[in-house]
Amino acid sequence: MDIGLGHYLSVAAILFAIGMAGIFLNRKNVIVILMSIELMLLAVNINLVAFSQFLGDLVGQVFAFMVLTVAAAEAAVGLAILVAFFRNRGDIAVDDASLMKN
Amino acid sequence: MGLFETLSFARPELALAIGAMALLITGVFLGDKAAPKISIAAVALLAIAGVLVFVSPGGGATASLFDGAFRIDAFSAFCKILIYAAAGFAILMSDRYLAGEKLGRFEYPVLIVLAALGMSMMVSASDLISLYMGLETQSLALYILAAFNRDSRRSTEAGLKYFVLGALSSCLLLYGASLVYGFTGSTVFTEIAKAASLSGDNAGLVIGLVFMISGLAFKVSAAPFHMWTPDVYEGSPTPVTAFFAAAPKLAAMALFTRVLMSSFPGVLDDWQPVIALIALASMLVGAFSAIAQTNIKRLMAYSSIGHMGYALIGLASGSSAGVSSVLIYMAIYIVMTVGTFAVILMMRRRGGMTENISDLAGLSRTNMPMALILTVLLFSLAGVPPTAGFFGKWYVFLAAVDAGLIWLAVAGVLASAVSAFYYLRVVWFMWFDDPAPAFERDHGPALGFAAWGSALLMFPVLTVAMGYLRQVAETAAASLF
Repeated sequence: MDIGLGHYLSVAAILFAIGMAGIFLNRKNVIVILMSIELMLLAVNINLVAFSQFLGDLVGQVFAFMVLTVAAAEAAVGLAILVAFFRNRGDIAVDDASLMKN
Repeated sequence: MGLFETLSFARPELALAIGAMALLITGVFLGDKAAPKISIAAVALLAIAGVLVFVSPGGGATASLFDGAFRIDAFSAFCKILIYAAAGFAILMSDRYLAGEKLGRFEYPVLIVLAALGMSMMVSASDLISLYMGLETQSLALYILAAFNRDSRRSTEAGLKYFVLGALSSCLLLYGASLVYGFTGSTVFTEIAKAASLSGDNAGLVIGLVFMISGLAFKVSAAPFHMWTPDVYEGSPTPVTAFFAAAPKLAAMALFTRVLMSSFPGVLDDWQPVIALIALASMLVGAFSAIAQTNIKRLMAYSSIGHMGYALIGLASGSSAGVSSVLIYMAIYIVMTVGTFAVILMMRRRGGMTENISDLAGLSRTNMPMALILTVLLFSLAGVPPTAGFFGKWYVFLAAVDAGLIWLAVAGVLASAVSAFYYLRVVWFMWFDDPAPAFERDHGPALGFAAWGSALLMFPVLTVAMGYLRQVAETAAASLF
């Protein structure tokens, strides 16, 4: 069986959906949310590289590298905020982030 | 074009980037006691960047740089001036608050400058990659600003919520961008527009477009992607909230406009109903959820959601008149938001800041000037003629009627009638209720200037000068077509 563009896009779509589900279904741990975000960004990267290969155009791979660097910066900022949150709360359960409600 | 010539067009961004790094290094060496001086330097830097927007080679001409990734035109110049001004006021208005909360750290002005740099890139972006880089430069700085009071449970919770939902929206936007790239074969907006109008019915492109619209709607906090706004506005330090409500909204709205107008004009029929529905939902959420609020920062959050709905009506029109009405609306919105937050920052008693609406009771008897300013600003937010806020709504509804979206304009008028109720309720409290204890009068010159300046702009200056603002906005809008 030939592996074509459709297969890569399907894998990326599944990864993206798993990441999205991880954000909304998880109620225990904020770290899991950070992991889910990384998963979604990686899904995007698979998309970009697959399209880049399929179109014979290098821009998609350049885009993927940009996404990788920004993802690293984003993880650093996210973990820093999480540490500040943990120091105030002593806990990183998602349900605890509910000081402000409508 | 040679490298140095290309770079000379991006002078404002270069000045902000180099300046921010210089300020950061200065701050590291001098420590937090130099924070006031660094604030002044940051405001000067933003002013210099504002001047550089005008002093560009070719005298403000239209130019496309870096293989079409970065575009300088009247549209970007209009937005950049407003962004730098809002960022400058966010720094100036913060001094008393940050000193009072023991938050006088030098990172605050540096982060604001970096966020302004990101927004500046956003409004000039004309390529999916530069769009993403600008958006993230802005967002990463804003996440940190939301959690700036790192010893406060509320502030860190606001930062965490903003980070998680902001990152999620970036992922949605990026996934959409990857599909748009794949199905059109380019990341440059003009090339995408060509491919989109040629390809006809293209499901992949439309799915990508819908993902991009969702991501951008998150960034402008339009319903149904608005959940983060009230919590983040309430939890963040008040000067940061003032900044959030003004500059990033304009930058995201400008980016939204440029993406839809320069890359997807050929598929207007696909995105117009989506934008119209988002606009309708935002206006309704803004009108009905704000009624029950007792915290004025939460009230302003719902108010901003509603205002984004009105601005999106102009975008849904999809015409040059629509774009210029968006620009007029956003310019007026920014001025009145900065002014209203200046008044909120004046709500200080001996024990510290207060942010309940009931604290404003009887303000006309304890502090007449403050009550007058807030009354003008609330009338303008409600869109009562002859304040500038009325004209903002007027042009937006006019553009919608011209584009055949009469139902949306009617819904907009009804929603603004409902939202007038909660703005005028605050006015009622101020003028006809028994006075609450008076606020401290010593609020510093910057807050007074911002509050008086924006109230006077709303009425009567912009009422008279509306023709001029309209002319500038039309020139800016024309550069997108």
